[in-house]
Amino acid sequence: MTAGRGFVLLLIVLLVLVLAGIIALVTPDKARLADLAIANVPQSGVLNPVTAVLLNFRGYDTLLEVAVLFLAIVGIWSMARHARVWIKIPDTPVLVVFVRLLLPLMVIAAGYLFWLGADFPGGAFQGGAVLGGMGVLWVAAALWQPPASFRRLLRPLLSLGILAFTTVALLTLFMGYNLLQYPPAQAKTLIIIIEGAAVLSIGATLTLLFIGGFPKKRED
Amino acid sequence: MLESTQLYAIAGIVLFGMGLYALIVFPHLLRKILGMNIMGTGVFMVFVAIGYRGLDELPDPVPHALVITGIVVAVCATGLALALATQIGIKTGTARLTPDVEEDDGS
Repeated sequence: MTAGRGFVLLLIVLLVLVLAGIIALVTPDKARLADLAIANVPQSGVLNPVTAVLLNFRGYDTLLEVAVLFLAIVGIWSMARHARVWIKIPDTPVLVVFVRLLLPLMVIAAGYLFWLGADFPGGAFQGGAVLGGMGVLWVAAALWQPPASFRRLLRPLLSLGILAFTTVALLTLFMGYNLLQYPPAQAKTLIIIIEGAAVLSIGATLTLLFIGGFPKKRED
Repeated sequence: MLESTQLYAIAGIVLFGMGLYALIVFPHLLRKILGMNIMGTGVFMVFVAIGYRGLDELPDPVPHALVITGIVVAVCATGLALALATQIGIKTGTARLTPDVEEDDGS
């Protein structure tokens, strides 16, 4: 066992040394994709270069990533029919009050990050991550037992991002453009629509990943 | 002489190696998942370091965009892996691979 581990360790050390050597010795070429991307930002409909890359230049890539998020939930739900609650946080008044104060602030922060993303650092993934964190706190503090009506909303909420994204993609095809090539005048509107749908879906996905199964009916 | 961004990139590669070691060596699935996460973090660190182009220039937006989506995708992959490990734990009574091999130090 130790010999096996030593061998693995040796191989990995070699691999790390080779990769580190490449980083240390190869000087990156200045003329890179970055200049091309930054030069084309004015045509993308947004001012933030990262958002321009995410939702315009490499939109199909992001489309597939939103699909991966959706598939992760589908995979989890296909294995575990009902969520098990693994952690029990004592419901101290401090936690409950703190979470109650924090939740609305996090909603505002998520919306702000999403809106800011068009022109400044921020965007759907950042906003969605804040929403996901909010959901985790909400569930962990056991403030929330999803009512039946909310359980019916879950599937539409989770699929909203991928549905909006594919709808826009098909729309661009029907309008005679390439897949996810936006008409310049509507580029910002389309990007905001996709991001708005994605921010909700990402938040819901991250929360449900934490729950790890379909939320149980209110019973206790 | 190494630039600071190269040091960050090398630190990322070292993290990748540490994660890979844990992924291969430890039989417990939770450790493997943690190792996979550390590998991913190392890759993100390399990407961020590569994207840095000095204080005067905008960072390269392409690796940054990849890292932003990559973080969320990594969380999803971790969630799915944890659900799989949980099911393996429920079905077999243990979340370790090859439990018939000799016992090793407490994992």
